[in-house]
Amino acid sequence: MPIPGAMSSQGTEFTTQTALDATIPVVSFESVSMRYGQSPEVLRDLNFTLAPGSFHFLTGASGAGKSSLLKLIYMAARPSRGALRIFDRDISHTPREHLPFLRRRIGVVFQEFRLLDHLNAFDNVALPLRIAGRKVEDYQADVVELLEWVGLGHRLWAMPPTLSGGEKQRLSIARAVVTKPDILLADEPTGNVDHAMALRILRLLVELNRMGATVVIASHDQDLVARSGMPVMHLEDGQLSTLAPAASPPPATNPVEEIE
Amino acid sequence: MTVQHHPASSLQGAAILPLKDGRDGGLIFTIAVLSFLACIAVIAALAADRAAQGWAKQLAGSATVQVRPAGGQSGPEAAAQAAEALAGVKGVLEARAMDRKSAEALLEPWLGKGNIPADLPLPQLVTVELDPEKPATAAALNQALSAAHLNAAVDDHSRWMADVRASSDTVRTSSAIACLLISAAAGAVIAFATRQGLAARREIVEVLHLCGAEDPFVARLFQKRFAGLAMRASAYGALAAAAVGAILRLTGGSDGFSPALPIAWTDLAACVAAPVLGAIVAAVSAHSVAMAILREQV
Repeated sequence: MPIPGAMSSQGTEFTTQTALDATIPVVSFESVSMRYGQSPEVLRDLNFTLAPGSFHFLTGASGAGKSSLLKLIYMAARPSRGALRIFDRDISHTPREHLPFLRRRIGVVFQEFRLLDHLNAFDNVALPLRIAGRKVEDYQADVVELLEWVGLGHRLWAMPPTLSGGEKQRLSIARAVVTKPDILLADEPTGNVDHAMALRILRLLVELNRMGATVVIASHDQDLVARSGMPVMHLEDGQLSTLAPAASPPPATNPVEEIE
Repeated sequence: MTVQHHPASSLQGAAILPLKDGRDGGLIFTIAVLSFLACIAVIAALAADRAAQGWAKQLAGSATVQVRPAGGQSGPEAAAQAAEALAGVKGVLEARAMDRKSAEALLEPWLGKGNIPADLPLPQLVTVELDPEKPATAAALNQALSAAHLNAAVDDHSRWMADVRASSDTVRTSSAIACLLISAAAGAVIAFATRQGLAARREIVEVLHLCGAEDPFVARLFQKRFAGLAMRASAYGALAAAAVGAILRLTGGSDGFSPALPIAWTDLAACVAAPVLGAIVAAVSAHSVAMAILREQV
């Protein structure tokens, strides 16, 4: 699999936006709980950290709180209790107007894709760059190369409704990584695709991790999780029951290579 | 899979918000109607103002003096003496004693021709034509009459001019209030539409936020969209109002719709401002409402 050198506007290899201190976790949960409105807590007393460049699976049954945990990390929700730090910033007390700049360092791949149906594949991927104020002539080549990297180089102008599930998922991944995020979150990225496509998508995510991104994949595909050999965080009834191995970077050689 | 070929130059960012919305028709119609009403109000105000200015000019250019004969002097003699005295006043172009025939002609509309008895006493009037640049004042006319030892009353039409000016001011103020109310209504309609638009596009707004969009970026999308829509709708309304104004001008001849409301072609130029004002009102309304709603989110 080629390295997506095009992801950098300078044509260099993918690197994270800012140099991260390897000793400071990119994500830190300290007795964090979360509830929606006045409903019971969906997450309770979570304590864990994610080291820069680590790779984790997040598992748990439906309703265990996987998506809610991811929401906390990508700041679509705030904790009801506890201290949540993202990039060493206390999110509970960060003003709303500062959040967009933190969100730009986080890429999210949604199970339901969340592509904009009225924009073509190119424009969907370019969206975070337009939001960041980049000009089309500056990012055009990068976006095209990125789409080629995810295997959609021939579908630049295709509208999302005309894409297959696997293509939508890869398009969603391309949009999530186009800004070279420090953290990449994927919510059931293989939930809508067949096994071969699931392996292909996992391979993309592992490659991104090798380039420096901290990756968290929420999945209940036990087979995929087992084959990856990556650390697993398991949620059960809103509580993190296992974390093994704890917040460590992926091994130099990992079992995912078997699918490459 | 279908391979699509497009020139690289066509890689331009499409509109982030969908260009079409099923609810646009009603919104365009409402704003067009408001724009039409505002333009008609302005055209009417301009025409009324012009009519008032014309009346005021006519009234300011003349005065009427009623002479009361005294000391055995006959009415026509007193009137002739008054006209002579007034003609020498600075600011008077001409002073003319009205003969009985002219006075009877003034009464004919009420009494009918030939129905005025010969012995009916009629007021002795002097019509005074004033210099429009520097008209003589009522005090100067009175002074000249007193100097000639004449008992007379001067009517310089100032009471009527005040009424005309008051009427003109009322029309102008009413028009301004109508335009303000219509603008406020347009702003409220846009605010409602923005609220609806944000609710309908909630998923897009969420994606934008998750991609790192700041609130002003999102608000600007709605501002741009509704400003463009309002500009288009206001232009429709302004065009309709200009068409109505043109028809009134054409059917009414040189006086326009009527001498009381003389529409000029230049009045129709006021319609040009409607699309610009509509866009500004919409932009301000959409941006402020969008920002208020977005600030309420997480």
